[in-house]
Amino acid sequence: MTNRIMIVGVGGQGTILCGKLLTIALMKAGYDVKMTEIHGMSQRGGSVSSEISYSDKVYSPVTETGGADIIVAFEKLEALRYSDNLKPSGKMIINDHVMYPASVLSAKADYPEDLNSRISEKFNASFLKASEAAKELGNTKVMNIILLGALAKALDLDGVNWDEIIEENVKANFVEINKKAFRYGHDNINL
Amino acid sequence: MKNLLTGNEAVALGAVDSGVKYAGAYPGTPSTEIVENLSLCKEELYSEWAPNEKVALEGAIGACYAGVRSLACMKHVGLNVAADPFFTNAYTGVNAGLVVVSADDPGMHSSQNEQDNRHYAYHANVPMFEPSDSQECYDMMREAYEISEKYDTPVLMRLTTRVSHSKSIVERKEKLDVPFRPFEKTPTKYVAVPAVAKGLKVKVIKRKEELEKYSETSVFNKAEYYDKKIGVIASGICYQYAVDVLGKNASYLKLGFTYPLPTDLIKEFASNVEQIYVIEENDPVMETQIRALGIEVIGKDRFPLTGEMLPQIIRKVILGDANEVTAIDKSDMPARPPALCSGCPHRGIFYSLAKNKKRRDRIYISGDIGCYSLGYADPYNAMDSLICMGASISAAHGASKVYDMMGLAENKAVAVIGDSTFFHTGINSLMNVAYNNSKVITIILDNRITGMTGHQQNPGTGYTAQGDEALMLDIPTIVKAVGIKNVTTINPNDLSSVDEAINSAMEYDGPSVIIARYPCALKRFSKEDKSEFGEMYVERYSVDAEKCTGCKNCLRSGCPAISFDKTENKAKISDDSCLGCSICSQICKHDAIKKVVK
Repeated sequence: MTNRIMIVGVGGQGTILCGKLLTIALMKAGYDVKMTEIHGMSQRGGSVSSEISYSDKVYSPVTETGGADIIVAFEKLEALRYSDNLKPSGKMIINDHVMYPASVLSAKADYPEDLNSRISEKFNASFLKASEAAKELGNTKVMNIILLGALAKALDLDGVNWDEIIEENVKANFVEINKKAFRYGHDNINL
Repeated sequence: MKNLLTGNEAVALGAVDSGVKYAGAYPGTPSTEIVENLSLCKEELYSEWAPNEKVALEGAIGACYAGVRSLACMKHVGLNVAADPFFTNAYTGVNAGLVVVSADDPGMHSSQNEQDNRHYAYHANVPMFEPSDSQECYDMMREAYEISEKYDTPVLMRLTTRVSHSKSIVERKEKLDVPFRPFEKTPTKYVAVPAVAKGLKVKVIKRKEELEKYSETSVFNKAEYYDKKIGVIASGICYQYAVDVLGKNASYLKLGFTYPLPTDLIKEFASNVEQIYVIEENDPVMETQIRALGIEVIGKDRFPLTGEMLPQIIRKVILGDANEVTAIDKSDMPARPPALCSGCPHRGIFYSLAKNKKRRDRIYISGDIGCYSLGYADPYNAMDSLICMGASISAAHGASKVYDMMGLAENKAVAVIGDSTFFHTGINSLMNVAYNNSKVITIILDNRITGMTGHQQNPGTGYTAQGDEALMLDIPTIVKAVGIKNVTTINPNDLSSVDEAINSAMEYDGPSVIIARYPCALKRFSKEDKSEFGEMYVERYSVDAEKCTGCKNCLRSGCPAISFDKTENKAKISDDSCLGCSICSQICKHDAIKKVVK
C-alpha cells in the first residue's frame, strides 16, 4: 500500500519547504518517494497543495480522491476545500488559523464561522495554533516547520534525524528557530 | 548517487550528463525550471533566456550545426511560436544532437489552452519521447541525444505538468564526454531552398522508416504481462496512474518512445490480451493510430478529452468504481483564486482603468500573458480579451482599425502587456501599430523582471540567465525607434500620473505608449533597481478608525492586505502583508489611510 500525505494551504505559506523536508526524511527512512505540486498562477495567494507518496514502490505521484492518509492544512478553509481527498479512516492536522480569500476581504462573501466543529464532526482532526506559536517563537514563517513537527509525530518514522535534516536544508541563521519550531509542533499536537 | 528530482531537474541533469553545451529557452510554466537549473551549471554549459521560443530554438539549431549538443525548452504554446524553425529543422537534421522539450499542461493549471503537442511529432515527422517519471526524464534525455545523432534528426521530449513538477528518485549515470563536431559545409543538407528541400523531404520519409524499426526495439517500449483480461496501452504519466489503480489486474504496454509507434509490438500485445484500453491525456493521438492498424480499443469513447487523466477517472471508467469520500457541507465555502500580490505595481494601472465608468465604457482592454492577466478578475474587471503572448497590442490594432472603419471615434483600444512579453512578441505588434498607423494605447507594465514564472531575467533587466551583467535594453528607446511619438514613462504607484497619462493618450490622435515602470514587489532588487528607485516597499500604511467611514472604496484596490470588518464597519490593513505601495491611501477620500510613523 502506498501512503499518501497532502499538504494544503495558501500560496506563500511555505507548504513547499515542509513537503521537501518530509520527502528527504522519507528517503532517509528507505522509502521510494514521489511528490507533486502545482506551480504557476496558484502562487499568487491562491489555494495550493503538495502531495507526497511513499511506499516500497510508488507509481502515481497524485493522490486519488478519497486516497490521502493524512491531510496537513496550513489554513482552516483549505482543510475543508481538500477534504474529499481524505480516506474515511484518514487524519487531518490543521493550523487553527484564518486567512481570508479575496471575496471575504472585500466583504462579498463570509468566511464560515463553524469550521472547527464542522470538520471535527466528520473527520479525525487535530487543531494546532501553529501561526500564533510561530509568532511567539519570533518568526511567523516557521509555522510550516511547526506543522512538520506535528506531522512527524503522526508518522512516527523510524530512524529519522529531523534535526540533521533541518540543519542540512535551512539557512544557517534560521536553523535554531526551525529546530525549536519542529519540537513545538511535535510536542504540542494532540493526535 | 540517488537524488529526489523533479522531472525538469532530471531533464537538466540528463542534458548535462549527455554533454549538452548550449541551452536556450523562454520561461513558461511548466517548463521554466529546466534552463533555470542549467543556468546554475556555468562550468558545464552555456544557457540563456531568449526573447521568445522561436529565437531560443533557432539558437539551439545554430549551436548544433556548429558542433555541440544543444537543447531548447518551452511550454506547449511556446512550440507554436517555434514551429517555423522546428518543421524545417526536421528536414535539415542536425550535426551534433538537438533535443526540443515541450512541456504540455493538461488541465490548464497555468495556460490559456490545452493543446496536445504530440501532434507536432506526427506533423513535423520528428521522433518523440514521453517520460513518465524523473528517472525516465534523465534516461530518455541521454537516449534522445543518441537517437538525434544516429538518425540525423531533432528529437521532441514531451513532458506534462505532472512529469515536470513531480519529484521522484533518480539514479545518475556516468557523465558523457562528447567530442566537438566541427561543422562541415554541406549546402545540400543545411540550406533549405526548394531544390534542396525536395531531396530532404525524401530523406525525412526514409528516416521515419528507420525510426519505426528503432521503436520496435527501444528499451522504453515494453509489454508487462499480468492478468490478461485488461490490456492497457499508455504513455507518460498515464502509465503510472493506470498501474496505481489496476496493479496486477491488468497487463500493460508501456510506451516511452511514441513517435513513430511500434506497430508490431502493439499488434502482438493486442493478440495477447482480451480488452484494450488506450489511456492518454487530451487527444486520441495513439488511439487513432492504433485503430488504423485495425485493432479494436476503448479510448476516448469512454475517457474524457479534456483535463488530467487522474487515477479516479481511470478507476471510474475501467472498474466502474469510486473511492469512499466523507461528505461535508461545502455550500458556503468561498473560492480562493490567485490575486495580484500586496504591493504589486500592476495594481495602480488596473485600478485606474477600472474606476472611471465613463472612460471604461469607451475602451476595449486587450490583455496579455502574465501576472497582469489577473486584471480581468474582481474587483477590476479590466480586461476584455486575452489570446496569447504579444497579442494584446496586435488585437488592439485590429479593433482600433474597426473603430475607424465604423466611425466609432469615441472608442479606443488599450493594450496591456508586460516587459518580458513585450520583448517576446509585443515588439512586432507595436511595429504594426506604428507602420499601419492605429490609435492604440499600449501600456507596458514594466516590472523589471519576468514575474509570473518566478523571476527570470529578460532583455530589459540588465542580467543574463547565468547571472552575468548584460546590456539593459531600454524600452522607451525601442518604442521611439519603432516610430511611436507619444511616449510617457510613469510610476504606476502614483495614481494621479497614471490617470493623467491614460487621459492624455485617450485624447491623442495617434498611437501612444505608456510605460509603467516599477519593480515587482517580490523581486530580488538589482543594484540598478536600487539606484533608480531608491528604497522600495519599506513603508507601511494603516487605517485611522476614527476617520474611516466604511465606504469600502479602498477595497477597489483589490489589495490582499486590506480587509473589511463588517461588525465595526471599518477597513483594516494587515501590517504583516502591507508593503507600502500607498495606492489605498491615494484612493481614500476621507484621509483615513496614513503612513505608519515608526
